[in-house]
Amino acid sequence: MNLFEVLRFAVRGIGANKLRSGLTMLGILIGVAAVILLVAVGNGSAREVAERIEALGTRTLTVQGVGGGSALTRQVAEALDDPVLAPDVTSVSPVASTQATLTYEGTDHSVQQFVGSYPSYFGASNSPVGSGSAFTDDDLKQGRRVVVIGRTVAEELFPGADPIGMEITVSGALFTVVGVLDEKSSASGFMDANDVAIAPLTAVQQALTGYGPFNSIIVEAASSEKVADAQSQVSLILSQRIETAAGSTSQPYRIQNASQLLETQTETADTFTTLLGAVAGISLLVGGIGITNIMLVTVTERTREIGIRKALGAPRRVILTQFLAEATMLSLLGGGLGVAAALIGSNFTIVGVKPVIVPSSIALALCVSVAIGLFFGSVPANRAAGLRPIDALRYE
Amino acid sequence: MTVLDVQSVTKVYGEGAATVHALRGVSLRVQRGEYMAIMGSSGSGKSTLMNILGCLDIPSAGRYLLDGVDVSRLNDRQLALVRNRRIGFVFQSFNLIPRTSALANVELPLAYAGVKAAERRRRARVALDMVGLADRADHEPNQLSGGQQQRVAVARALVTEPALVLADEPTGNLDSRSTEDILGIFDDLHAAGRTILLITHEEDVAARASRLIRLFDGQIASDVQQERVLHEPV
Repeated sequence: MNLFEVLRFAVRGIGANKLRSGLTMLGILIGVAAVILLVAVGNGSAREVAERIEALGTRTLTVQGVGGGSALTRQVAEALDDPVLAPDVTSVSPVASTQATLTYEGTDHSVQQFVGSYPSYFGASNSPVGSGSAFTDDDLKQGRRVVVIGRTVAEELFPGADPIGMEITVSGALFTVVGVLDEKSSASGFMDANDVAIAPLTAVQQALTGYGPFNSIIVEAASSEKVADAQSQVSLILSQRIETAAGSTSQPYRIQNASQLLETQTETADTFTTLLGAVAGISLLVGGIGITNIMLVTVTERTREIGIRKALGAPRRVILTQFLAEATMLSLLGGGLGVAAALIGSNFTIVGVKPVIVPSSIALALCVSVAIGLFFGSVPANRAAGLRPIDALRYE
Repeated sequence: MTVLDVQSVTKVYGEGAATVHALRGVSLRVQRGEYMAIMGSSGSGKSTLMNILGCLDIPSAGRYLLDGVDVSRLNDRQLALVRNRRIGFVFQSFNLIPRTSALANVELPLAYAGVKAAERRRRARVALDMVGLADRADHEPNQLSGGQQQRVAVARALVTEPALVLADEPTGNLDSRSTEDILGIFDDLHAAGRTILLITHEEDVAARASRLIRLFDGQIASDVQQERVLHEPV
């Protein structure tokens, strides 16, 4: 009696009740597919966040005002651009941004971020101009109302037309479009990175935001290795320039760099992935209990058959192997189909996230499903193998 | 030569007030080639005796030697081997494996014996041919009549060429024609020198055997050699 024979018996046992076997497999299938797919979704969203942060530029530091404070003034911004105190800072771009409605010939488009900044912002924020040109230092000095728009804005306002040289109205002020940004790859998730418009700081302040404090200051370091140095230089200058209000323990500004942001976001995403995986793991466990249940029913139902087999000379080991093989096959088949389902499912975008399969999750889910088959199958298989032939034969 | 040697075997079921003495000391010797019938009213212990002889059950006390080997000393694996190689069992309720073709049912003991697939198929076909069911090899049990099912079961019992064939009321569920078929096969087996033990309720079935044992209340009431009454073919 070789293993192949036993496996053939097991296949016949599974085939004998196709609906039941199918439903049992479905339980494992759903469990395995859920584990792989949910982990993939978590992984996908983590990747997306990482990409988005990398798209911000890994060489940049963002100084943000905290609590609506008025810390980030023009003087502060100018102080940061100091080749002696901050040798590793190559550019400083103060940002005044607001939400604005752009109008062109009766077409409205509300843009999330209407950014006013310096020409250096394009390099620092990793937003190269695709067609047309960026505005210049001269435009900035003169306060010319020119604007570079993102890809989404261009498509909304000028479908099928070249927007360069067109005049658009931004909350009542006329701006001339001089350029269109390249499409940003990380354009997904909650915010559309292509839904922006960038204009000279002076023009934006004059026409839209007024001359208040900046929302943020983007500081570009000489290289990604110099980011940490630049950060300490910047924080030194800021601590000298900005006084912390009496009685307040926290600074009125915050310095973030992309890699810090990346770390925090990755941690969050990992927690998210673990949580999703745990929920999916529970469904896999439920699938396993389903296998135990069905194998117990099978053993009970086939007690007589077990008796006959024993009377014909089937050793205990063969009966044990047969029922274990049946349980393992059910779980392995279900697991395999689950992997297939997950691979198919990963081609679709799920809740706005493109899942990215983690190969180790496939291996893990498959191993767990086989282990479940062996573990949950062993109880009924042992029961079957341990039956005395006469008891099994008398069973009604 | 002695095939079966049963020495004052008893079998007790249950405990306390619910104790049932199914066998109260049965001793029996069966020689190779004997055709023996066991009769007795229900509750006389004949099925219990048969189960013990078939190594499906173990006696509470006493010794049972099969081909000179004390069965109680065998472990689970060796017992399986004995059931597989030495004994062919025919049950009253056929006990074929459902949803499995007649051929596969007959092949089963050979599969457990480790015979190769091609050889197994050949021997199973020969056995089916012997019981006259060669043309029904691919039918599943629910596609066969009771008599045909029992003939498949007999083929299954014969296919390993066991020294001992045990039949527990093999004709109990069959009509007279099928009964005649089965008994005809047993006659042939006896002629071929096999040892046959058969439990029955029916006098005319018992009359085909060369030795008749009557059990009463767990003990042997009578044990006689008799002239075989062969049924004349009509």
